[in-house]
Amino acid sequence: MPNGARLALSWGFVGIPLAWGILVTLSNALKLFR
Amino acid sequence: MEEDFLDRAHSVANARFSRWLVPPAALCIHLAIGQAYAFSVFNKPLSQLIGVSAPAPGDWSIPALGWIFSLAIVFLGLSAALAGKWVERVGPRKAMFTAALCFSGGLLLSGAGVALHWLWLVYLGYGVVGGIGLGIGYISPVSTLIKWFPDRPGLATGTAIMGFGGGALIGAPLAVNLMKFYSTPSSTGVAPTLLTMGVIYLLFMMVGVFTVRIPPPGWMPAGFNAPARPKKMVTDLHVLVDQAVRTPQFYLLWGVLFLNVTAGIGVLGQASLMIQEMFPARFPHATPAATAASAAAAAGFVGLLSIFNMGGRIFWASISDYIGRKNTYAIFFVLGASLYACIPALGHSGNLALFILAYLIILTMYGGGFATIPAYLRDIFGTAQVGAIHGRLLTAWAAAGVAGPVLINYIRQYQIDHGVAKADAYSVTMYLMAGLLVVGFFCNFFMKSLHERHYVPLAEAAST
Repeated sequence: MPNGARLALSWGFVGIPLAWGILVTLSNALKLFR
Repeated sequence: MEEDFLDRAHSVANARFSRWLVPPAALCIHLAIGQAYAFSVFNKPLSQLIGVSAPAPGDWSIPALGWIFSLAIVFLGLSAALAGKWVERVGPRKAMFTAALCFSGGLLLSGAGVALHWLWLVYLGYGVVGGIGLGIGYISPVSTLIKWFPDRPGLATGTAIMGFGGGALIGAPLAVNLMKFYSTPSSTGVAPTLLTMGVIYLLFMMVGVFTVRIPPPGWMPAGFNAPARPKKMVTDLHVLVDQAVRTPQFYLLWGVLFLNVTAGIGVLGQASLMIQEMFPARFPHATPAATAASAAAAAGFVGLLSIFNMGGRIFWASISDYIGRKNTYAIFFVLGASLYACIPALGHSGNLALFILAYLIILTMYGGGFATIPAYLRDIFGTAQVGAIHGRLLTAWAAAGVAGPVLINYIRQYQIDHGVAKADAYSVTMYLMAGLLVVGFFCNFFMKSLHERHYVPLAEAAST
């Protein structure tokens, strides 16, 4: 597998769950300003 | 065969390997073990396993459940301190594999403990076995990252340690959603949630185990030339871990980490209560519905703090590559002490936005303190045994985990018992935390390079 594809897969593998966690936390944090 | 695959010699990268594959491998471990910060989401459901909707006779008490997390942090500190030399010797792959087995095994054991309603098995599972996984996992990628990124050690270790902060952001909603999925009218769903998370985290961490590589001996990034004369406070020599712990520099850095973390844990632990009690008009408790809404808003505030705690890890660690570690910690202690001292006044002024902003900046520096310390150790003690030295230094974290909450809770309670209003009781604790940061400033101020007699040749350091 080319390095570019391996990099995209590796960063996506850790980045997607992290982005999901940040979005869920941010949407909860919005309650602070409502 | 398995021994061969996990062996250090079999994880040496080939010439085509990109070093940018190593940070995601490290993140697979740190994002998983960072779940520990979110363990509190289990406290309420664990306290009503029998009663389900409310605690019933025979249910576990919240103080008894608090020991699960405390044990995990104590075993994190102990295993990081004791296993550091082993981690350096066997290499990152075997260490990460062991961490994955311990951490996910701890989740599985505690899931069984919950199903059988045996609290001792939950202590043993999550607290002891899981805690050992936390400690080994935390230090396992550090020296590998430093060796892959001699040009940006702060960025590299900051990325991994950012993962530990980010782990809670994944672990909390994952646990909440799984408990929602598994819960029934007769069960809180905690046991199957812990078992499922044990399997998910094992698979997630194994991707890191398979991906991680160590650089070939003498490898340097293309275009990078190590400076002929090392920068001030940055060595290109090596110190053995047993020698490092005999130097004043180790204890000054221990103090730097301990004081920064003690102050940070102190404010983190009381953030939710503090904002509600300092801004009663914005967080009303007149009716049960208002109380619930206020609690949800305060939980949102704590979530926001977690994001800035995580972001500060990579931000400050990366900045430290340019301005130096000593200057970075000087900023933490000067700016931090000023902000801690301003918090009571900001609360009394009624300016919620400024209060939140001060808190967010403080939290970036709390996270930054964790993330910048491995690069600081690398600068002072060299790369050969930096993971093991980092492991020993993490005892400061375990000590701060006890000192921070005890200081805050006892001082606050003492004041309230002596007639101080709840909203005013925070002032003294904030000033005390600011004072701790002033002491931390001087620990950092007195840091200087090691004398040459402490260093050994790389070959000797690598073979020890």
